[in-house]
Amino acid sequence: MKSAESELLTAVDLKRNFFEVKQDMKPKEAIDEANRCLYCYDAPCMNACPTGIDVPSFIKKMASGNLKGSARDILDANPVGATCSRVCPTSELCEGACVLNDVSMPIRIGDLQRHATNWAMDHDVDLFESGVPTNTKVAIVGGGPAGLSAARELRRLGHEVTIFEAKEKAGGLDTYGIVSFRLPQSVSLWEVEQVEKLGVDIRTNCTVGKDISPETLKNDFDAVLITVGMGQVPKLGIEGEDLTGVYDAIQFVENTKTKPLTEQFIGKRAIVIGAGNTAIDAATCLIRSGASHVKIIYRRTEEEMTAYPFEFEFAKQDGVEFRWLTQPTKIMGDENGHVKQLMCVQMELGQPDESGRRRPVPVQDSSFLMDVDIVVRAIGQSRHIDLIEAFGLNHDSGILQLNDKTYQTSNDQIFAAGDVVYGSTEYGDAMVVSAAEQGKRAAYAIDKKLSC
Amino acid sequence: MADLSVNLAGIKSPNPFWLASAPPTNSGYQVQRAFEAGWGGAVWKTLGDPVINVSSRFSASTFNGQKVAGFNNIELITDRPLEVNLEEIYETKKKFPNHAIVASLMVEPKQEKWHEIVKKVEAIGVDGLELNFGCPHGMAERGMGSASGQVPELVEKQTYWVKEVAETPVIVKLTPNITDVTATAYAAVQGGADSISLINTINSLMGVDIHSWNTIPHVSGKGTHGGYCGPAVKPIALNMVAECARHPEINIPISGIGGISNWQDAVEFMLMGSTNVQVCTAAMHHGFRIVEDMIDGLNNYLDEKGLARAMDLIGQTVSKYQNWGDLDLNYKVAARINPEKCINCNKCYISCEDTSHQCIDRLIDANGKSYLKVREDDCVGCNLCSIVCPVDGAIDMIEYPSEVAMTWNERQSLLGKMTIGEETVS
Repeated sequence: MKSAESELLTAVDLKRNFFEVKQDMKPKEAIDEANRCLYCYDAPCMNACPTGIDVPSFIKKMASGNLKGSARDILDANPVGATCSRVCPTSELCEGACVLNDVSMPIRIGDLQRHATNWAMDHDVDLFESGVPTNTKVAIVGGGPAGLSAARELRRLGHEVTIFEAKEKAGGLDTYGIVSFRLPQSVSLWEVEQVEKLGVDIRTNCTVGKDISPETLKNDFDAVLITVGMGQVPKLGIEGEDLTGVYDAIQFVENTKTKPLTEQFIGKRAIVIGAGNTAIDAATCLIRSGASHVKIIYRRTEEEMTAYPFEFEFAKQDGVEFRWLTQPTKIMGDENGHVKQLMCVQMELGQPDESGRRRPVPVQDSSFLMDVDIVVRAIGQSRHIDLIEAFGLNHDSGILQLNDKTYQTSNDQIFAAGDVVYGSTEYGDAMVVSAAEQGKRAAYAIDKKLSC
Repeated sequence: MADLSVNLAGIKSPNPFWLASAPPTNSGYQVQRAFEAGWGGAVWKTLGDPVINVSSRFSASTFNGQKVAGFNNIELITDRPLEVNLEEIYETKKKFPNHAIVASLMVEPKQEKWHEIVKKVEAIGVDGLELNFGCPHGMAERGMGSASGQVPELVEKQTYWVKEVAETPVIVKLTPNITDVTATAYAAVQGGADSISLINTINSLMGVDIHSWNTIPHVSGKGTHGGYCGPAVKPIALNMVAECARHPEINIPISGIGGISNWQDAVEFMLMGSTNVQVCTAAMHHGFRIVEDMIDGLNNYLDEKGLARAMDLIGQTVSKYQNWGDLDLNYKVAARINPEKCINCNKCYISCEDTSHQCIDRLIDANGKSYLKVREDDCVGCNLCSIVCPVDGAIDMIEYPSEVAMTWNERQSLLGKMTIGEETVS
């Protein structure tokens, strides 16, 4: 990667900075690694995968040259398996569970999965078929990983499925919210295409509650599945948030995936507030956009940080600085209304709060100023309360009330899955792979109800 | 530093590692490079009436990514004029007087043919002769190689013809493509052989290309059987060496051949009765320098064992190799899984459950951790679990020596006596 410090970035460098960082395994590399797999019985890696991918099976098939079967194993269990191979915290899931951790190196399951799904992307093969028609219709609100996963399974079970997607393209955060250098948009869009190929009707640019009413969905469909995920990053609630140069991290990442890469950040000083995976994404995007200094500030410490360790490492390698126990109190602008400085206060950890983590409290008279051109807030995501209420569903601060066995909301006809039903994200971000699994399970629950 | 030199029926070499008669010993250039690398001897690529070879000759099996698990060839004997080979043998022997050079020979099964070639070859100075009664392809169709090596009478007769004129030790190289190798080994002894070497290659078809449906390899769309060698054949070779070694009437030195890839393999062959070993595939796979570790490893092993000479290894295990009927039926081993080392891959469990004797239980300990345990009373000691276990030391086969040994043969003999006893009574 070329950074602003060494020399001035060109438009070409900028583009290159956003190419996928990790190269695909070379064919021999993949086969050598696949041959290292022990083919465990009742394998821990498989049990550690939220979607239950039969890891030994897909690796064995890879070793025998049956890449089609390998890709099918993966995508059968996980309709967004190509995305997950890139974004899953594998060291905490499958690879963390690999029995070889104790005596050697774990199998590079994520990389092998990526290799197999890359094969599927490179070869136009039909891996799945839609089921015998059941004459039942399901509406899915939100075309992110949970929605796509549910749609795919419902189609395989023969239901007619329509996805209502507010954005121009489906895929949700996979398409818009994960940095291109980890997950190129083409991967997510390929997964969308696979679902479409089964006959799922995806209506994009269609916001439920605006372009179509919840009532219409309830009337026209036998079941409705809500998989809308979460919304924008909430405001910090401090002075100066409307100044030019203040961004929402999710919007910021989305811009790098949907608009031509801008040269406006070259040489700029940026501060990202928050230390979750989205904060890391925003910070690394800034570095790759040419920002000269990028800091992540967090009111707690490294201990409480919710970003995955490998994401933290990645950011440090990109040159992101971390300032712990630092809370922003005011964004100050120049005469043109542009961000100029960030006022912060030093924090210290006090008594544990209700989450069990030590509560950060300001240190008296510790205010200080940092010169900055760009401020990005990455302090979590807001909830789609308006939509939930428009459906008339019970919720707790935007978290849908859900029967965890039937995936039904307070309305029997309406089901939900994915981030929209996750509780507090204080302990780490909800994973794509969990959303995919929830989507599958919700699909089976809907099928069960509609089959009665 | 142990003494690695060996003496095979009077042929001396600085170490027991010889290159077998094969492509690596095709020319003086190659054999000299091999001696420089450290090989103790070489059996020259078989001399005879020059042949024409086909193109596309070798093929190999790959197992789970491991190349050259087995190796197959359809190359014939030397395709260079005898005079050229003899000249190079002379040059090589002059440069390396202390290394063993043995000439491999193959001619039609006629007395005068054998006499002629033996005289020619010995005239330029070799340390010994090896009669190629083994090559299974091509030459066999012309009545040579394994075609004569499969008929004990022909082995005996041709060995005798050679011995009529030979002045250097004569090694008879045996084909494994026969039901009982000791029959031809014994014939060689009867013919006056000074030594036997085995095994030559095993009849094989390497594979079929599942895309083109051609054989592997193919020569312009047609294939023929070749000779199989390499690591995959080692157990077959070792058994044949052992059967000869323990045969009371085959009491000439043995040169062991077949899949020997490292010093450990060499030690095994020597313990099983080989005086030296011949290597080909390993050198073809990795080049001559692999002999460095063979020499170093053998030396370290002998030092560790407190043995002064490599020849002290010869035949030490032969007396332990017996008929099934002489094995103790009361001896028992049972598997024991060491939870400290077990990584819970469950390979032992599923192999036992699906394909053996269903005596491994998957259990959960007090802390909720899963572990595997063998029901030792139900274990028959088949070893399968310890074979599939990927971690050394995770499964031990615990020995339960019998209080009173009883072999099948002893049991049958006792039963026989009892029957006779009963008859006597009645």
